[in-house]
Amino acid sequence: MHPAPSVIFFTVFSGIGFGLLTFLGLGYPAVTGWSAFAFFVIAYLCAVGGLISSTFHLGHPERAMKAFTQWRSSWLSREGVCAVVALIVMALYGAGLVFFGQRWGILGFIGAIFSLLTVFTTSMIYTQLKTIPRWNSPLTPAMFLSFSLAGGALLAGQVTWAMALIAISGVIQVVLWMQGDGALKSSGTTLATATGLGTNGSVRAFEPPHTGTNYLLKEFAYVVGRKHSMKLRAISFVLMVVVPVLLLALPFSHWIALVAVVSYIAGTLASRWLFFAEAEHVVGLYYGKR
Amino acid sequence: MTTLPEKTERKLGLVIDLDTCVGCHACVISCKGWNTENYGAPLSDTDAYGSDPSGTFLNRVHSYEVQPSQGEAQLIHFPKSCLHCEDAPCVTVCPTGASYKRVEDGIVLVNESDCIGCGLCAWACPYGAREMDAVEKVMKKCTLCVDRIYNENLPEEDREPACVRTCPAGARHFGDFADPESNVSKLTAERGGMDLMPEQGTKPVNKYLPPRPKDTLSEGAGDIDILAPYLEPVAQEATGFLGWLDKTLEKL
Repeated sequence: MHPAPSVIFFTVFSGIGFGLLTFLGLGYPAVTGWSAFAFFVIAYLCAVGGLISSTFHLGHPERAMKAFTQWRSSWLSREGVCAVVALIVMALYGAGLVFFGQRWGILGFIGAIFSLLTVFTTSMIYTQLKTIPRWNSPLTPAMFLSFSLAGGALLAGQVTWAMALIAISGVIQVVLWMQGDGALKSSGTTLATATGLGTNGSVRAFEPPHTGTNYLLKEFAYVVGRKHSMKLRAISFVLMVVVPVLLLALPFSHWIALVAVVSYIAGTLASRWLFFAEAEHVVGLYYGKR
Repeated sequence: MTTLPEKTERKLGLVIDLDTCVGCHACVISCKGWNTENYGAPLSDTDAYGSDPSGTFLNRVHSYEVQPSQGEAQLIHFPKSCLHCEDAPCVTVCPTGASYKRVEDGIVLVNESDCIGCGLCAWACPYGAREMDAVEKVMKKCTLCVDRIYNENLPEEDREPACVRTCPAGARHFGDFADPESNVSKLTAERGGMDLMPEQGTKPVNKYLPPRPKDTLSEGAGDIDILAPYLEPVAQEATGFLGWLDKTLEKL
């Protein structure tokens, strides 16, 4: 799959933003007044910034409001609805903390639930696709949720939670990588089933339908070199898991925490780039690209 | 609107005969022509005369080589367009309701004025039947020429999809699969019409007729043997200078 920067930024930053909102909603850290204001600004910058960046890949962003209508069937629509509910509820809850010094626990709890639901619905947009076997796994939502919560705990300054969640997300990520490498093969979809010609012999793509490129090849047939993908996985894992956990184990300082956050975000961006770049869409089979 | 209908009254679709298709791409061109000049956003080309040409097509013809375990390889031309699936994954993922499957005839369509161009439906389609137009930024797909098949302004013989109308080999057939007596239902039953990627669970309406096995030389031996002796090489071994050269080189 083509790794579109807008979608990579959106999923990473909105994930971290909604993760932070989840912790704030549950009262970790229990802040009020200006320090609460600072936390909420960071959370909203990440969550809303991510959502805005996601509209950059739309062909007609001016019609985006229509995307709230099909929540009965579409995970993308559900994501939009959950995000708006989460942001509104958390804004009310945040106003209570910042301006009135009151913690309206019920609102915070509802906001935390919808923040997590937003991340879950985002992950289901990818998980539901049988056409991309690498994503079509329960580990995909587990990965998105654990990344989001780990990033949220990190930004919320919950050191113990952050260390545990980063370690968990690291394990999930490694298993997802390993499982994903065999996913296309075990899906059973091959050029033989794609063409129905497998019963007569072995099928080989002989001539493509066109000499130039097209939307399908640009969007779905992106290929990342295997050698580089292994290197990138290692870099991503070190930045996302090893460095933050080691830094958090040191005595706490804001500067060390900042480096841990930057490292975590860089590692997560690399991991999300790989999530798209390594994903094999079955339509590539028709072009002999798998 | 993006939920799928439980059942459609008719199941309009195509039968594509892989035994008959000669790979001329006439269906590709007639499709592009009709769908650029008529309903909806035109199918754009970008850099059409430059070094990196690209364009939107709703129908494309691949070619595959099938090598049996014994005998000659066979070349199969393989036209591919929307299969108007009964369980169309492209429809249910649509966040705006722009994509829908019609209850009356099962055609899968895009309401272009509702399409936000997110591309998710193309991601959900295993067949590559949907293409985002690079200029109009909306999703384009085969409409089964919905503006031809019901069009009373056209002569009756033209009220079928442009690809079917134009095919010089008669490799494409249009009809109603819900009617067991229709031409397409009969063809599918007689020739073992098959689904593409059945494991994806999309239940495609369009069916493909598998190519028949090729004739082999031995089966038609009676016709060929009469002339065959005259076609055999006369000189089996080289003589003269070439003969000497051949022998000398052999010895080296």
